Amino acid sequence: MTTPQAPTTALGAEPAFVVKLDAFSGPLDLLLHLLREEQIDIADIPIARIADQFLAAIHHLGLNQAADYLEMAGRLVRLKAQMLLPRREGEEGWEDPRHELVRRLLEYQLVREVAAWLERATERRADQYPRGYLPPPPELPPPPLTLDLLELMKAVEKVISEIPSPVLHRVVPRPLDTEGATRRLEEMLAEREEFTWLEALGPRPTIVDVLSTLLALLELAKRGRVKLAQPEAFATFVIRRETPAAEEPSSPAVEAPTGAELSPETALPEPADDAPRPAD
Amino acid sequence: MTPLAQLIEAALFAANRPITLEELQTLEPESSMADVRTALDELREHYDFDGHAVEVVELAGGYQVLTRRAFAEAIERAQIAVRTPKLTAAGMETLAVIAYRQPVGRAEIEEIRGVSAGGVLRSLQERGLIEVVGRSEGAGRPLLYGTTPLLLELLGLRDLAELPRAEEFSVALHTHKPEASDSAEAAASVPAES
Repeated sequence: MTTPQAPTTALGAEPAFVVKLDAFSGPLDLLLHLLREEQIDIADIPIARIADQFLAAIHHLGLNQAADYLEMAGRLVRLKAQMLLPRREGEEGWEDPRHELVRRLLEYQLVREVAAWLERATERRADQYPRGYLPPPPELPPPPLTLDLLELMKAVEKVISEIPSPVLHRVVPRPLDTEGATRRLEEMLAEREEFTWLEALGPRPTIVDVLSTLLALLELAKRGRVKLAQPEAFATFVIRRETPAAEEPSSPAVEAPTGAELSPETALPEPADDAPRPAD
Repeated sequence: MTPLAQLIEAALFAANRPITLEELQTLEPESSMADVRTALDELREHYDFDGHAVEVVELAGGYQVLTRRAFAEAIERAQIAVRTPKLTAAGMETLAVIAYRQPVGRAEIEEIRGVSAGGVLRSLQERGLIEVVGRSEGAGRPLLYGTTPLLLELLGLRDLAELPRAEEFSVALHTHKPEASDSAEAAASVPAES
């Protein structure tokens, strides 16, 4: 049987609303409800009365934005008009305009029965549990939010009120004390000819101490005052007192046995700078 | 129990889904399909006659070990396991149409139910109960939907043939004057099997 009605939901690209009333899952359901309520014989539906009741119901239910319900309302009104058209008694070939509606109602009623059967089957099945915990299947997506401006603003205020006040960090300037470290290293160099990096740092060095000492050492090495050597890879390096090249040019290259030599090459061309300084 | 029955018990215990005969047969390559069936029967009888709280259920083309119905209420009351959430009426109606009419397009579902079906189809698809099985030859080549094995699991059916035939449903609105609506009845009968 061909269905004379093309799919009627061109407008329904997105759900126009969510029927809150669980009682009705659509216009056909509402129609069946009305018929049942009035105990009407489906073979002889008083279209005029039912159309009026349908319109009243969707008005009453506040469903007047729903395209699906409006479409059915339009169909009923048209049927009502068709039933009013005069026709001759016993006219051959007259087809009851309600026929299509009845067909749809019966078909939908059958769908309802099947759905009820499926639900009973589901309930029976749900009485038996498989082993272990099965995470519940994902929930149906929530219905679209319906908010008015006031609610939205309240929500925004609530969110804002929950934002914690920003935490401000006080940044204390901690300049590197390269000069102090240089002084300390020079004092150590005055006492000892050779010491290690760890000894240079002293007990419990802060990060500032480490950086200051490193910079001071590099500066001293650049000036040719010390020689930095690492006996082997990853070992702590050794700081050795160096006499400026101008005074004692004999020793420099012999020091580092295997490891990288940290003494910058640039230290050598500039001994003149340090020449006036007394070797400690 | 025979070793094969024990092996099958272990496999059904380890799995959280229905296991097919073919899968069970791979447990012991030496065994025949008939051996597997015999062993399954043995396991079933073991559960049934030795007072076990679980049983072997044939489901969605396979076998699964499930607790007996009698314990459902206590398990739920103690919140030991979560009952499968119910589908909405719209979801059930849509499943009903698809189960009996598959493969079926959205337009036909909407025509039968009188409401747009996009949202329901999407959520049924997300739950894995239906799937796209092809495209219609009609204008725009719309998608066609069919049911999945997961639906059989949800319904506790072995296969779709277990769905009652459409004629078995008494349509409550049948008229007191049947002669008036012969054609309507004919039109309303839904093909029972896909």
